[in-house]
Amino acid sequence: MRRTLIENLFRGKLTEPVRPASDADIATLVSTLTRTARQRLGRSLAIRALDAGSCNGCELEMIALANPYYDLERFGLKFVASPRHADVLMITGPLTRAMHDALRLTDEAMPAPKFVVAVGDCACSGGLFANSPACIGAAEQVIKVDLRIPGCPPDPMTLLQALIGFANTLGRSG
Amino acid sequence: MNATITLWHQVCSDLAENRCVFIALWAEHHADGAVVHLALRPPSTGDVQVLDLTSTDRHFPSIARHHPAASLMERALCDMHGLIADGSPDPRPWLDYSAPYPFKPVDGHGIHQIPVGPVHAGIIEPGHFRFSVNGETIIRLEARLGYTHKGTLGLMRGRPIADAAKLAGRISGDSTLAYSFAFARAVEQALFITAPPRAAALRAIMAELERLANHFGDIGAICNDGGFPLMNMLSGALRERVLRLAATCFGHRLMMDRIIPGGVTTDLTAEHAQQILATLTLLLNQWARLFELYEKTASLQDRVVSAGWLDPVIAQRLGCGGYVGRASGQDFDARRDAPYPPYDTLALTIPTLKASDVDARLRLRMTEIQQSAALIRTLLATLPTGAIHTPVPDCATTDVGHALVEGFRGDIFAHVRVHNGQIADVMLRDPSWFFWPALEAAIEGNIVADFPLCNKSFNPSYSGCDL
Ligand code: SF4
Repeated sequence: MRRTLIENLFRGKLTEPVRPASDADIATLVSTLTRTARQRLGRSLAIRALDAGSCNGCELEMIALANPYYDLERFGLKFVASPRHADVLMITGPLTRAMHDALRLTDEAMPAPKFVVAVGDCACSGGLFANSPACIGAAEQVIKVDLRIPGCPPDPMTLLQALIGFANTLGRSG
Repeated sequence: MNATITLWHQVCSDLAENRCVFIALWAEHHADGAVVHLALRPPSTGDVQVLDLTSTDRHFPSIARHHPAASLMERALCDMHGLIADGSPDPRPWLDYSAPYPFKPVDGHGIHQIPVGPVHAGIIEPGHFRFSVNGETIIRLEARLGYTHKGTLGLMRGRPIADAAKLAGRISGDSTLAYSFAFARAVEQALFITAPPRAAALRAIMAELERLANHFGDIGAICNDGGFPLMNMLSGALRERVLRLAATCFGHRLMMDRIIPGGVTTDLTAEHAQQILATLTLLLNQWARLFELYEKTASLQDRVVSAGWLDPVIAQRLGCGGYVGRASGQDFDARRDAPYPPYDTLALTIPTLKASDVDARLRLRMTEIQQSAALIRTLLATLPTGAIHTPVPDCATTDVGHALVEGFRGDIFAHVRVHNGQIADVMLRDPSWFFWPALEAAIEGNIVADFPLCNKSFNPSYSGCDL
């Protein structure tokens, strides 16, 4: 183990810079936010992931955000284990009927101010499952969505750019 | 093949006595009732047989009664189609959430229950686990799934082949390539076409890349659940390299929709082929260090050795495939035993282990990493030239096709009936159907704190079973 650790110390980092998304990009992703909510948060965001029936493709790319190439925590973004600790609810999947209650309970468990991010085509629009009788479809049908990150699945760089842009929007107006 | 009730009962006793292996059970509506389909194969070969039993009164004789491995699928099909499995040992609903769910009772002094989920602490799919524990020790685990039920098979029925192929690739995102592969082969069989040799080779290259990505990612994640995040970071970096390679060479990190009925969508340039070879060398060099790290970290070994032991008899009775089955002595791999192009021309030695614990499942996947890399090298060295797609004919006839394809988890079964260029019936069966009951069995006697580690070593797909 010592050898691996020493090698890693001298190898240099894998972590890559993130090209910021343009203001215009972010403006199209972000819908309205209340000013008070923005002031309360600064730019650090605790994210609670909620799989509302995804195929698990979106989860794979969200998990990748923690790998050394993207290292999302360097931006003050982190996934937390409890909705009680979260500022952001990140929803994937075409909201299955079976997950409707769980989504509601998770939302209720989160303290305000809170934001909702829809990740992936499924959560943004229902995707290929929009017409399924087993699915409600887009998350915004039951919850106010503040940021949409489409893609099937969106790749980690896209996720990172959108989240950083979003956090910056919050910070700037505060 | 149309089955009489006598044949159905005969097959039940064959299943009960291990004379054949259960693959899948599903149903479809008909104007005058329903047809229940049962797919089977002989032990150690991939000659799939499908029996069709017509039911006019919505009843059919339970398979689970004779073969418990069929229980979850039987419950799911009863919920989806309103059928009744006569003699079922477990008639509780599976996908129907309208009523409270009675978990199996566990009695005894000091036993209490821990409910977990459907929302989990990490970035994981949703499902409910009910632990009955005595102190730290798990007496029984029951998994309640269905939270990601999207009605995918229903959406596929009646749709053009190309649309259905996209849905097939979203049954379980981590195996998207393998699902597209299995679905494409089933359609090709139904339409009497074959993908060109170059397409077949490219399919396998992508399939092995998918296996590598998942093995690297999961090995790291399992070690992470064993309290060793260093391995997760380093192994996760290798996964990222594979995904980036896939994006460069095939245009999508997870290679979604790259395999379509008739062939593949994306050709591989000579330059990209070189890039694959160079990346493989780099990955294997780094992997060698990680393997050493795994082996020499005593605190990690302490967690993985002997944890989550799956009785080989149970693995066999459940028909567990993939790393779960092979780490418990089961010797089946669709690439060798149900050979399909291009694997039918390759010599494959399938590793199996007897130790049956978390460590064995990890080591099995570590061996498969070497093997997948070797396969990709061979495939690239012998890559045929020519077309990458055969046109899919518009047939007015009705035909069925099926396929077994070895995904990273194990064998994926695909069955289609094609009619007028549309999917009339479809079943896609994930290996996880058998991993869930295997996990429930293996976890007994382990401590609650070892559950994430054990669970991750099985890594069953939720979406793959919820359908
Ligand atoms: S958007 Fe695509 S990857 Fe994400 S859950 Fe839906 S189908 Fe899967």
